[in-house]
Amino acid sequence: MTSATDAAPEIDPVTKDIDSATIARLEERALFVRLETLRLIGIAKVGHYASAFSAAEIFATLYYDTMRLKRGEPQWTDRDRFLMGKGHAAVGLFPILADWDFFPKEVLDGYTRLGNPLGDHPDMRNVPGIDFSSGSIGHALSGGLGVALGTRMQGKDINAYVMLGDGEMQEGQVWEAALSAAHHRARNLIAIIDRNGFQLDGRVDDIMGIEPLAAKWRAFNWDVHEVNGHDVAALAALLRRVKADTAREMPVCIIARTIKGKGVSYMETEPGWHLGYLAPEDEVRAIAELKRGGAIR
Amino acid sequence: MSEQVSAQRAADSKPGPVSPDSWHYRQINARAPGLGYLSNALIDLVRDGHPIVAGTADLQYSNGLVRFAKVHPERFLQFGISEQNMVSAAAGLATTGLYPYVATFASFLALLTCEQIRTDCAYSALPVRLIGHHAGISLGFYGTSHHATEDLAIMRSIADLTVIAPADGPQLAAAIKATVTHPQPIYFRIGRGQDPIVYPDDTAFTLGRAIVHHEGDALTLIVCGTMLHPALAAVGALRAAGLSVGLIDMPTVKPIDRNAILTAAARSRLLLTVEEHNVIGGLGGAVAEVLADAGTPARLVRHGIPDAYSLIAPPTHLYRHYRLDAAGIEAVARGTLG
Repeated sequence: MTSATDAAPEIDPVTKDIDSATIARLEERALFVRLETLRLIGIAKVGHYASAFSAAEIFATLYYDTMRLKRGEPQWTDRDRFLMGKGHAAVGLFPILADWDFFPKEVLDGYTRLGNPLGDHPDMRNVPGIDFSSGSIGHALSGGLGVALGTRMQGKDINAYVMLGDGEMQEGQVWEAALSAAHHRARNLIAIIDRNGFQLDGRVDDIMGIEPLAAKWRAFNWDVHEVNGHDVAALAALLRRVKADTAREMPVCIIARTIKGKGVSYMETEPGWHLGYLAPEDEVRAIAELKRGGAIR
Repeated sequence: MSEQVSAQRAADSKPGPVSPDSWHYRQINARAPGLGYLSNALIDLVRDGHPIVAGTADLQYSNGLVRFAKVHPERFLQFGISEQNMVSAAAGLATTGLYPYVATFASFLALLTCEQIRTDCAYSALPVRLIGHHAGISLGFYGTSHHATEDLAIMRSIADLTVIAPADGPQLAAAIKATVTHPQPIYFRIGRGQDPIVYPDDTAFTLGRAIVHHEGDALTLIVCGTMLHPALAAVGALRAAGLSVGLIDMPTVKPIDRNAILTAAARSRLLLTVEEHNVIGGLGGAVAEVLADAGTPARLVRHGIPDAYSLIAPPTHLYRHYRLDAAGIEAVARGTLG
């Protein structure tokens, strides 16, 4: 079921203040995320390709345009924070953290192996650069609320970015956090919903519908935006605008319309790819498609 | 009660009409000697420069945090009735360098937010302080949903989570202050604030250390939390009757004081644990594990709530029914001695 609002979503317009070099760089970083995801899952022999692919541009934009970070210093106290409710997409984030020199790149090569800190879900205790552990869907927005309130209490200007899955909207705790963040005016809490439309058992709308999604968040007193989650220019422009908006008192919810498995044609059309493993010939085909960029945008 | 204390209690009470005949009225006005200790300890921590923050889930009058909230509103977070959100948010707060103290009924903390405690607080080794109040059967006729007779077993099996069950307000305050910089999470299991005071206000607390009240050759009682007060009376009566009965207070349930247990086992060869908890997995379980691991021939009797849902009644009636008052503990001890 959809409302009038959600049937014709107001997509935030692409602003022209993102220069072409930035766009090219962010697109290249998103490709890096996808290729590394393929490589790491190749080591584990099973993983969440499609979940990481739908979030690739969001990861790239946050870590290479939006967030305030310091190379090689994962514990820098003034850094912006990133939490993921859909922790199963962490395979797409780990290569970025290594790229920021938060841990040696060789650690990636032992992905999921016994004794290696990198598993399917992120562990803040053992992976430098992970700001909050996850794996049980539904906790992260509350964690982000704590980060937002804690940094504000200490007089710091820090944003907490929380990536949520759209299936995650079915968890009750998300709405506890939504209510609580608006009540406490957590203006430095920015939720990004990866609205790729699929969960493990099928289409989100078939399993347990969540629309009208934007209207729900607006009703919870959040500042709601919708954006094409694969358009790095639109994402970067929106996130810059959100960061610059000092008058806002409410938390921000960005609904990023995405495609599960984005970038690999046979994943985009087959929801079974939420969790899977590519045979070698399929992996070659996926890499070729990604490098050609045919399916992107 | 002094005028000053009375005025403070009135200030901490919930606004609006309260029947003098109600449990709530009695809790805040007459028999709640332990209620103010939580807030006062946290106020002291702020005074001493510790970066703490407190929160609750719609229970600021039940746990007395209303006093802290009035003194330090900038350090207090009201989460409403959203316990899971509160515990995960406390983990988030802890990642920013703060020490969050979040309080709600022990039954809700241990059961409703168990996974948030395990995954967000303990797995991540964050210094969150979880205050489970009104533990055991102390919520009386509010019933099984509000009774916490499984919390010690659940919390004890979570790695890197310390479990402390103070006997009274002063020991809670001492435990809070002694552990303020502990780098990992702590579950504090406390009563309802009406529990009698045992220890003086300047009592000492050392994490992981038992307090030996009496040594005995025939039997040693090992107790924790609110059971200390009636156990002291019971052991006093037994000793007055000429029986050599010892008594150990075990406020740190995890990590447990193995030496104290094994020393008592070597001396009396007969141990009796007393707890306001299911006999499975709590203090009695912890002591049994120590005895078994050490291969000691000592015999252990576990006294507590049997493995069944607790009945509904006013708390004092329940303590009598389950033989967890002084007379009941004395009777169980005599039965154990044979």
